[in-house]
Amino acid sequence: MDPSSLLQYLITGLTLGSTYGLTALGFTIIFNTTGVINFAQGEFVMLGGMMSVYFTRVLGLGEPVAVVLAVVGATVAGALVERLAIRPVRDCPTINLIIITIGVSILIRGLAMLAWGKDTHVLEPFSGDRPIMVLGAAVMPQALWVLAVSLLLLAGLKAFFSGTIHGKAMLACSHDPKAASLVGIGVQRMVLLSFMISALVGAVGGVILTPITMTSYDVGIMLGLKGFAACILGGLGNPFGAAAGGVILGVLESLGAGFVSSAYKDALAFVILLALLFVKPSGLFGLKDTKRV
Amino acid sequence: MKTLLSLKNVDVFYGRIHAVRRATLHVRQGEIVALIGGNGAGKTTMLCTISGLNRPGQGSILFGEEELTRRSPEQIVRAGISHVPEGRLVFSPLSVEDNLRLGAYTRPRFRDRAAIAEDLETMYAMFPVLRERRAQAAGTLSGGEQQMLAIGRALMARPRMLLLDEPGMGLAPLVVRDIFRHIVELRDRLGLTVLLVEQNAKSALKIADRGYVLENGRVILQGSAAELLANRDVQRAYLGREQD
Repeated sequence: MDPSSLLQYLITGLTLGSTYGLTALGFTIIFNTTGVINFAQGEFVMLGGMMSVYFTRVLGLGEPVAVVLAVVGATVAGALVERLAIRPVRDCPTINLIIITIGVSILIRGLAMLAWGKDTHVLEPFSGDRPIMVLGAAVMPQALWVLAVSLLLLAGLKAFFSGTIHGKAMLACSHDPKAASLVGIGVQRMVLLSFMISALVGAVGGVILTPITMTSYDVGIMLGLKGFAACILGGLGNPFGAAAGGVILGVLESLGAGFVSSAYKDALAFVILLALLFVKPSGLFGLKDTKRV
Repeated sequence: MKTLLSLKNVDVFYGRIHAVRRATLHVRQGEIVALIGGNGAGKTTMLCTISGLNRPGQGSILFGEEELTRRSPEQIVRAGISHVPEGRLVFSPLSVEDNLRLGAYTRPRFRDRAAIAEDLETMYAMFPVLRERRAQAAGTLSGGEQQMLAIGRALMARPRMLLLDEPGMGLAPLVVRDIFRHIVELRDRLGLTVLLVEQNAKSALKIADRGYVLENGRVILQGSAAELLANRDVQRAYLGREQD
């Protein structure tokens, strides 16, 4: 194995892994406030990509404007999912809500197919497609965008949750909704906010990934599953674990594709996941429950 | 003294269970009132109904001039009632200081910034152990410290009335005495009105002005704390005193 191709696989893996990490973060945020695994998370990622394509191609908007609009659009979609599908049945058991999110994901996918067809679409890379050579490995400028935007988003989320009272209120809701409402936190509003933030994070991932992997109405299935796998890998409920799980999954997948065969690329993620769950069911960075009664 | 809180013929149902039956009670401004009764008598349900976690099936709840009957917990906190729940329910992964700050969540953050900082200092002065542990996760505190934190968190909303559910539960007698001393102090110093639910009827009635005895969701007895302490039925049922 020569070092430059190893580096190449690593970079590809990091890029892919960051977007898995963002999807996984989306899962984590909703899970932490509601206990629900939102299986429509992949659809938010798809909406980010597809809407940016739609806004540039069909409406002829400039890419920066289109990208921002797409992210806003997906965030609104997140809010609608909460208002229309989750809130009316909020008192149901969690498992029912999870099944509802599966239904929602099928619905969004169907609507996307009706609106934008079954074709695969590309989006122009943000800063051209001339690779930058680093130690013999070719780095696409878009990969740098992916890494930078992911890190920025991560820092933003961290600042929100540990630096603002609303972020802390959201953590409080996830820990104990009853106590949270007793200090006057509107729990339902926090749930809405968590869906919007998750959709936003997912859509950003979708937008920055699209110039590399292309998009179509059904990319959400696989991206959602990978993000979910990353979540479990890192330990469900732990945001740091989710991001790390995504990166680990992306890198392993890319190394597997490079050194074994790219035919097994998708399977590899799930093989790793299963193997880990046998050894450590709580995930790599699973939260310990410290509670005193 | 003026009546601050009054419940009139309040019924609460959990599914088909009739948890509180036509309860009528009132608390005057600056009073400490104890609700006593055995397990499952409806004491906690009553507090949760006042703070909006439960919706009453019938009846009305009046706070000052305000009708609270079907308000949300958030609106009730804003109206001036803070509820310290059974089991304390501190936000254990968050720091002690974050817990206190979240107590002030309903207050305008910018306009009240100085006042909130001042109240935080007041809490630390009242419970010095919380200042020592301000950066620690609340879940790592001892039971008594968590109770102080839960009370401090409730006070951060600057309530006019405090609902306390079993503040002494699971704590050592000395710690319980300390907590009860604080409750009296809050009333005397801040003029806070307190509705106190307590399994340990004797210590509750010792600091209370009046009390209500609940059984099977009904108010079966009421009177001044001294009357209740002297009442033979109360003594037999709740104060663990043998009959001579």
